[in-house]
Amino acid sequence: MRAPAVTTPVAPTSRTLWGDAWRRLRRNKLAMAGLVWIVFMVILALSADLWVPQHFGDPERIDTENLLELQLQSPSAVHPFGTDRLGRDILSRIVYGARISLTVGVLATSISIVLGLFFGALSGYYGKILDTLIMRLADVFFAFPYILFAIALLAVLGRGYQNVFIAIGILGWPSIARVFRSSILSVKESEYVDAARVLGAGDSRIMVRHIMPNAIAPIIVYATMSIGSAILAEAALSFLGMGVTPPTPSWGLMLSEARGFLFSAPWLMIYPGAAILTTVLAFVLMGDGLRDALDVKLKEEG
Amino acid sequence: MLAYVVRRVLQFIPVFLGVTLLLFVLRAPGVLPGDPVRLITGERAISPELYQQVVEKHHLDRPLYVQYGYYLQGLLQGDLGTSFQRDMPVRDIFAAKFPNTVRLALAAIVIEIIIGIGAGMVSALKRYSFLDVFVTLSTSILVSVPVFWLGMVMQVLFGIKFKEWGLPFMPISGMSSAQFPDWAHIILPAITLASVSTAYTARIMRSQLLEVMGQDYIRTARAKGLSSNAVVWRHAFKNALIPVVTFIGIDLGAMMGGAILTETIFNWPGVGYEIFLAIGQRDWPIVMGGVIIIVFAVMIINLIVDISYAFLDPRIRYGGEVR
Repeated sequence: MRAPAVTTPVAPTSRTLWGDAWRRLRRNKLAMAGLVWIVFMVILALSADLWVPQHFGDPERIDTENLLELQLQSPSAVHPFGTDRLGRDILSRIVYGARISLTVGVLATSISIVLGLFFGALSGYYGKILDTLIMRLADVFFAFPYILFAIALLAVLGRGYQNVFIAIGILGWPSIARVFRSSILSVKESEYVDAARVLGAGDSRIMVRHIMPNAIAPIIVYATMSIGSAILAEAALSFLGMGVTPPTPSWGLMLSEARGFLFSAPWLMIYPGAAILTTVLAFVLMGDGLRDALDVKLKEEG
Repeated sequence: MLAYVVRRVLQFIPVFLGVTLLLFVLRAPGVLPGDPVRLITGERAISPELYQQVVEKHHLDRPLYVQYGYYLQGLLQGDLGTSFQRDMPVRDIFAAKFPNTVRLALAAIVIEIIIGIGAGMVSALKRYSFLDVFVTLSTSILVSVPVFWLGMVMQVLFGIKFKEWGLPFMPISGMSSAQFPDWAHIILPAITLASVSTAYTARIMRSQLLEVMGQDYIRTARAKGLSSNAVVWRHAFKNALIPVVTFIGIDLGAMMGGAILTETIFNWPGVGYEIFLAIGQRDWPIVMGGVIIIVFAVMIINLIVDISYAFLDPRIRYGGEVR
C-alpha cells in the first residue's frame, strides 16, 4: 500500500502576476494620482442626480423667464464655475458631462476591444489569406486621419451620442487587433500550446485558456489609454458639431459654445477644457503606469 | 532601389482601392442606415422628381459594383461631387483652400522638428535634471490636452491678455489683416497644430538617444578619446534620428487631418475650416469631398515619405520591411 502523500505546507508567497503588478502600480505616484482622479470622476458622474440639480440647477433646462439675470454670470458662491449663455450652471453641466465622456470612452473602447479581439484572433490564429486580408483592412483604416474618418462615418450615421461611441469604437479596432495578433503569433508556436493541442483541446479552448492570458496585459494597457483618446475624440467631434447634440451637456459641445465668449466670459472655456485635460491625462498616466507595472512593451506612436 | 520603389507603389494600390471602397460603402444605399440621396443633396427637402433625377444621375439604381466603378472613375477624374447649397463643384471650392492647409502644416512641422528634437536631446543628455523632468512632464500634459482648447487658451492669453498688459500681442483669427504682417497670423495656429506632435517627437527623441548612448560603439568612441560633443553629434545623433524622422514623416499626414480643429479655432481658411463650415450647413458633399482630399493627400505623403527613407536608410532598402 502506498503511503499517503505528505503535503508540506508552502509558505504563503502566492505572488501572482496581478499581485505583483498591483504592488508596482501602487508605488507609481503619477499612476495612482490618475487612478484617484478617475475614481473621483466616476463617483461624481454616478452620484450626480443626488446632489447636483438640488444645489446648482438642472444641466439642460433653460429658465426663460429669468434668462437675462441668469445668463453669463461669472463664478460665484451660487455658481462656482459661472453660468452659460442660456443661464445654465457650468458646474452642473460639467458633472453631467462627465457621464457622457466616461460612457462614450468606455463603450467606444469596448466596441474596439470586441472587434479587435475578433479580427486579431482570426488574423493571428488562422493566418494565411485571412491574415493578409484583415491586416490590409487595418492598413486602410490607418491610412485615414482618425477625426476625418469619424466625421465621414457620422455624416452617414447621423449625429448623436450613440452614433458617436459607435463611430469611435469602430475606428479603434485595428490597433487592438494588431496588438492581439502579435501576442498570438508570439505564443502560437510555443510548446505548451502544442501540448494543449495534443491533449485534445480545440481552437476556442486554446484561444481562451492558453493564448488570452498571455495577451491580456497589453490589451489592458491599450484599453486604458484608448478610453482617454475616445474621450478626447468625442470632445473634438462635439466641438466640430458632429458629435453629441445640444442640449446634452458634453464637454466638447460646451467648448464650442464658449467660442463666442472668449473675451467676455472666459470661464465658459476654462472649466470644460480643464475637465477634458485632467480626465484624459488621468487615463494616460494610468495607462503609462499599467504599462510599466505589467512590463508591456508598446511602440510609442502618434 | 528601383525594385523597392516599385514594390512600395504596388503596395499602395490595394490600400488605395480599400480606402475608396470604404468611402464608397459609407455612401452606398442599403449598406448603412441613412439615405445616400441625402448625402448628395444635403438636408433640404427636395421634390420627388429631383430625387429621381439624383438617383439616376448618380446611378443609385444600378448594382453596387457598377456604382463603385462610376464612383472610382469620378474620383480618378477629380470629380468630388457638387455642393447643392452653393451650386458649385466641390473641387473648385477646395482648390483655393488646399495650399493654406499645406502652409499651416509645413509651419507646424518646422516647429515640431526644432522644438521636439531639441527638447528631446536636452532631456536625454541631461537625464534626471530639472530640464528633463520639465520636458517629460510637459509632454505628458501636452498629449492629453484637447488641441482646440489649447488654441482657445492661447487666443485669450496672447491675443487678449497680452494686449491688456501692454505686451506685444498676436493675431488670433484669419490669415491676414491690416494690423499685422501676414507671417504673424500663422504663429499661434502653427504652435497649436504642432503641440501634440512636438510632445511625441520629444519623447521619441529622448528614448532613442538614451538607447543609442548606451550602445557599445558609443563607448568605443568615448574610449578612443573623442570629446562628448563629437560623440553626440557624429555618432549618436544620426542614429537616434532615424525613428524620429520616420515619426515626423507619418505625422505630416496626421497633421493635415488634425488641421480641421486648429483651422476652426483660428478661422484659418483651409480645407478643415471649410469642412467645419459645411458641417454647420449640413452640406454633406463638401464634407465628404474635403475628407477625400485630405485622405488622398495623406496617403500620397506617406508613400513619398516611405520611399524617401529607402534613400536615407539602406537597411530599409535591402530588408524590404518598411518601419
